Amino acid sequence: MEFFLVQALNGISYGLLLFMLSSGLTLVFSLMGVLNFAHASFYMLGAYFAFQVSTRIGFWPALVLAPILVGAIGMLVERFGLRKVHRFGHVAELLFTFGLAYLIDEAVHLIWGRSAVDYRVPPDLDGPLFAIFTSQYPIYRGFMMLVSVAMLIAIWLALTRTRIGLVIQAALTHPQTVEALGHNVPRVFMLVFGGGAALAGLAGVIGGNAFVTEPGMAAAVGPIIFVTVVVGGMGSLAGAFVASLLIGCLQTFAVALDWPLFFGLKLSQVAPVLPYLLMVLLLIFRPKGLMGRREG
Amino acid sequence: MSAALELHDVHKSFGSTKIINGVSLEVRAGERHAIIGPNGAGKSTLYNLISGRFPVSSGKIILKGEEITGLRPFEINRKGLSRSFQVTNIFHNMSVYENIRCAVLWPAGYRYSFWSRVAGLKDVQRRAEETMERIGLARRRNVLAAVLTYAEQRALEIGITIAGGASVVLLDEPTAGMSRTETAQAVQLIREVTVGKTLIMVEHDMGVIFDLADRISVLVYGEIIATGAPADIRSNAAVQEAYLGSLKKEKENA
Amino acid sequence: MNWKRFFLWGTTAIVFAAAPHVFTSSFALTLLTQMGSFIIFALSYNMLLGQGGMLSFGHAVYSGLGAYIAVHALNLMGKGAFVFPVTLLPLIGGLAGMVFGVLFGYVTTRRAGTTFALISLGVGEMVFACVLMFPGFFGGEAGVSTNRVVGKPFLGISYGPAIQVYYLVAVWCVISIAAMYALTQTPLGRMANAVRDNPERAEFVGYDTQKVRFLQLVLSSFFAGVSGGLSCINFEIVSAENVSALRSGGVLIATFIGGVPFFFGPILGAILFIFFVAALSGFTKAWLLYLGLFFVLMVIYAPGGLASLLLMHIPLLRARRLGRLALPYLLAAGASALALAGLIGVVEMVYHLSEVSGGTMMALAGLEFDAHSHTAWAISILLLVAGLVALRFAASFFAQRWSAVQLEMQGRAS
Repeated sequence: MEFFLVQALNGISYGLLLFMLSSGLTLVFSLMGVLNFAHASFYMLGAYFAFQVSTRIGFWPALVLAPILVGAIGMLVERFGLRKVHRFGHVAELLFTFGLAYLIDEAVHLIWGRSAVDYRVPPDLDGPLFAIFTSQYPIYRGFMMLVSVAMLIAIWLALTRTRIGLVIQAALTHPQTVEALGHNVPRVFMLVFGGGAALAGLAGVIGGNAFVTEPGMAAAVGPIIFVTVVVGGMGSLAGAFVASLLIGCLQTFAVALDWPLFFGLKLSQVAPVLPYLLMVLLLIFRPKGLMGRREG
Repeated sequence: MSAALELHDVHKSFGSTKIINGVSLEVRAGERHAIIGPNGAGKSTLYNLISGRFPVSSGKIILKGEEITGLRPFEINRKGLSRSFQVTNIFHNMSVYENIRCAVLWPAGYRYSFWSRVAGLKDVQRRAEETMERIGLARRRNVLAAVLTYAEQRALEIGITIAGGASVVLLDEPTAGMSRTETAQAVQLIREVTVGKTLIMVEHDMGVIFDLADRISVLVYGEIIATGAPADIRSNAAVQEAYLGSLKKEKENA
Repeated sequence: MNWKRFFLWGTTAIVFAAAPHVFTSSFALTLLTQMGSFIIFALSYNMLLGQGGMLSFGHAVYSGLGAYIAVHALNLMGKGAFVFPVTLLPLIGGLAGMVFGVLFGYVTTRRAGTTFALISLGVGEMVFACVLMFPGFFGGEAGVSTNRVVGKPFLGISYGPAIQVYYLVAVWCVISIAAMYALTQTPLGRMANAVRDNPERAEFVGYDTQKVRFLQLVLSSFFAGVSGGLSCINFEIVSAENVSALRSGGVLIATFIGGVPFFFGPILGAILFIFFVAALSGFTKAWLLYLGLFFVLMVIYAPGGLASLLLMHIPLLRARRLGRLALPYLLAAGASALALAGLIGVVEMVYHLSEVSGGTMMALAGLEFDAHSHTAWAISILLLVAGLVALRFAASFFAQRWSAVQLEMQGRAS
């Protein structure tokens, strides 16, 4: 029972982190039609920037500064790179972000070196939050969940309640009309892309010290995020939410269970493959994804 | 006379918006049937339902006695129904000849063959060249579709639609955006290429309609309010109300 | 017989045959052999991307799994379990690749566009993870090694010497190029293009677009498997790297740099890529960064690849106006050299500072200096900025000259 609760909480907090990432990706995809292959790289940048800032100044400033920095980089990327590629179509945009991911990964590798950096949980958040039977559930995990949920509520409010949110929603289907009404659509797109990057950066700030911060982290979590988005259904935020929690719990439980399977393998060894297997199964029986709407 | 195409109580809603509200229609084999109606009546949606682009919410569609409701576009096409598009939908990166050839390959029976050179398929070549002659683009054989004039592209659009030899042809506003001369030429072309076939046409140009159509159906707010010979439709009170009434409403709202 | 075609294929065959006699060092020979099998790989990739419009991030799955099957077959042949000519081993690789093409293709081609790309990534990661999970068959991290010299030499060919392996690769390469070209001229090849350009219209002329893409993928995976089989013979080892995301990314970059819209583009790209990687990785640890930067710049400024850039000049060559571009190119080259020097300076210094533990002195292009020194940094940044500014001007000068020449040529024609 204890095991189940602890793993469930871990799975949910990991799932929420995945959702922080996949929601940013889905938003940018829905609003601009661009799938940002470098989304996980922005996550990594967030973690590394947070590491630098937290060692110089502190964790709490890092929580604010790092996403802003990453968001700024995102805006620059959109303004000077993506915008130029837009006219060549979606394949070219995807290729651009693919190359960008390579670049960011290599640049991080170059600047911070090959091994992991010591980005630690801040002392005030390091410790037990509450006890579940004999296990201590760490404060930081709770903090992660809090930030995730807060971020999601903030996005939802921003999109549905503010004017800029309405403009964004309108520009999704009728960019020329919105532009004719006097809104600066290119600037809106720049803000959206930068916003998506900032969200990924924020996920990096809180995820980077819970898990490891190293140059391979983008390549490790990237494919999982893409699978999440496909499983949830391209362009569906609700689908991304369900898929993130599903995959988060699936992986967390699988890694912790040593149930024997076939070929002498244990479930914990097979764990890395499970999200992809889920994707394949879904594609066979329900190609649109769990709640798919928009075709890529 | 048998029916080439039948619609039985077809409904279509997008979410909560009802676009097609119980349309029943019968198009006789070999006739030229026009569908007209004010803007927003649902003509394009109806076409999309017939050709399989969208699924119906309820109702049945029957092609030459066979039910085609819910089939995918290529399945419907293989059963002998072909359509053109209002917004020109050709293969822009291919030449005129290659465009037509694509439409001929499946009906000629070559399917997914990867063991024969397409340049050596004489029957395909012959059929493609025949079609190009009929639509008057034989001289523009090797020109890239993207650089054709608008009227030539519309002719190519029709060419692709009839090249495969379909017996039921759906044309979606074939003369849209054309000048008077171009329209006259297009009408002549349509008349020639649909001999012996069933033609269903959506059009706004009344001159074209009354010139070509054997029968007309009027679609208003997703319902057919009248079907009959051109003369009857012209004098039909409900039709006049629908057209003029909508004009009046626009005037009031302006 | 079409003389132009005869000339083209004849020249290709001659180039392949003569290459090792022009570039005679053993290092050159290994590069040429790698290029040969990579050409097949890149062409097979372009069957998907260039001809079918399918962007795949997991193409190494087919070549890698084909290689694994081939290496096991080769080992069985070495033990005498069955008799089969090593010369035809790539066929086994190809067939294996094709089987996986059918298996994975069925799942991946259910969606198109961006979704297909992501699914291909997922399948690639899945296969990579599976390869590491079953060390019994896949040899774990170390992989499966083999010996390509099997049985008695046939007509003096044992595939022991590297030159014999080169000619094996060259023959398979020429045959594969011819076969893949022939495929583009078939009904399936043409409809693959149609599906790429306008999938909706293709449906409305009677074609199941999913089936077209599926078949295109199956055929492409055959050739990918062939290249895997050749790789197995050449390196005598197959490991998880063969199915890795890095390998999939590499063939994508190579094909794109060469030129996706043209049949011969990937051939160019494969040659350049192998050369780039081999040459650069010897000089600098940051070669992947330079490659990535080059790729991104190509996506923005030359999405048709080097092939498109070359072909762009042919009308000028015919009109004998190519010389008019000499000056703009010279200026652009000079500006690029400046910017590049600055970039290399910055990148290498950063790399040196982060990686190397033994002090801050470093050597670059024969110059020794302290990576911490302000002067070194200042010079590099200055060079970079100056180079970029100069490049701006050189580019607009080039554009001016280009349009002037175009106008002249049009004036001539009319």
